[in-house]
Amino acid sequence: MPFNFTVSPDFAPDHMSGWFYFNTWMQRQLGTDIHLELYDSFEAQRADIRAGKVDLIYANPYDAAMLVREMGFKAVARPAKKRDEALIAVPADSAAQKVEDLMPGLRLATTADPDVHTIGMIMLEPADLDASNITQREYDSYILIAKALLRGEADVGFFLKDGFLELSDLIRKQMRVLVSSQISVVHHALLVGPELQPRFDELQSKLLTMHEDEKGAGVLESMAINGWERMSEEQTEFMIDLIDTLTV
Amino acid sequence: MPEQNSGSAREVLIRYYDGSERTATILDEEVPYPDGKLIVSRTDPQGIITHANQAFIEMSAYSREELIGTNHNILRHPDMPAVAFQGLWETVQSGKKWQGYVKNLRKDGRFYWVKATVIPNIRQGKLVGYTSVRRKPSRSKIAESEALYATLK
Repeated sequence: MPFNFTVSPDFAPDHMSGWFYFNTWMQRQLGTDIHLELYDSFEAQRADIRAGKVDLIYANPYDAAMLVREMGFKAVARPAKKRDEALIAVPADSAAQKVEDLMPGLRLATTADPDVHTIGMIMLEPADLDASNITQREYDSYILIAKALLRGEADVGFFLKDGFLELSDLIRKQMRVLVSSQISVVHHALLVGPELQPRFDELQSKLLTMHEDEKGAGVLESMAINGWERMSEEQTEFMIDLIDTLTV
Repeated sequence: MPEQNSGSAREVLIRYYDGSERTATILDEEVPYPDGKLIVSRTDPQGIITHANQAFIEMSAYSREELIGTNHNILRHPDMPAVAFQGLWETVQSGKKWQGYVKNLRKDGRFYWVKATVIPNIRQGKLVGYTSVRRKPSRSKIAESEALYATLK
């Protein structure tokens, strides 16, 4: 039976092929079969995680809590210098100049990405806005959120900062950033499940030197990752504790 | 943002739960909470600071060296009722999350309001400390808290 690898569905579509290259790279490094399964929805992926169908996952920090504390996963590495930050944008001609100008009843465009949504909602709190006094619509991608703003279908949009920066200049110039998070310690992580943990040390040492090898560097580039950093158990627990404080 | 800014300084004796006390200079001047940032700190089970992020250092006006190894109650503003902190400690010591609005005292005597969440850090079933994450509160919640705390002093 091959091991199963999956990636948090919030990856940028432009880098999808990069994850397949990465899977091939890992199979060669470990000399074992690994099957990459990509999901469109967080819910479908979580159902398979709970069913024990995942051995390795590039997880968002929100799901990392469940994976580490309930499913026995361990962080093998995190992407170097890549942190998850969110921002709230409005159409460029919006009357709102700061978050406190936003009013109850506003129409929010968001995604199913749990981190961006959670951080975005926290950044709305200074305006006394929460799920009870706004209307929300979920979109499949950040480009669709941008389009909703530009068409006047939404008043504010939540973006992953990197997702916003990947939009074209033409689209970005028609929006204005009201607030951008500066949290610094929330990020994705590569987590290894119990079945694959006997190969943990081997995988970690290959990952930490991946950027030094020409082929490895090429694969990393295709995933828009600079390299992998070691992530200690305590760093993982700290991040999970922090996420825990944000979900109330 | 409305700010109190009377600029008048006063010396206040702050008595802590453990019986210790210190005299602090209090300035009735608010420092606005920075947009998009989280203030993060961790303490050991006794409330001694073991970790402070950059936002904490900037907002508290203390250096990292001054904060690490110091009791977290160094931030306690005399306008905060003792009962609020009693509730915090009782909640987290029973293993639950605590959330509330807190007026914090800076080293320079000015103050800043936060919405704070404190959770116990459990490792292998043992309590190893607490993590406190502070975020920007709304003005209406600050006003509500000010009114409430004034009745609890």
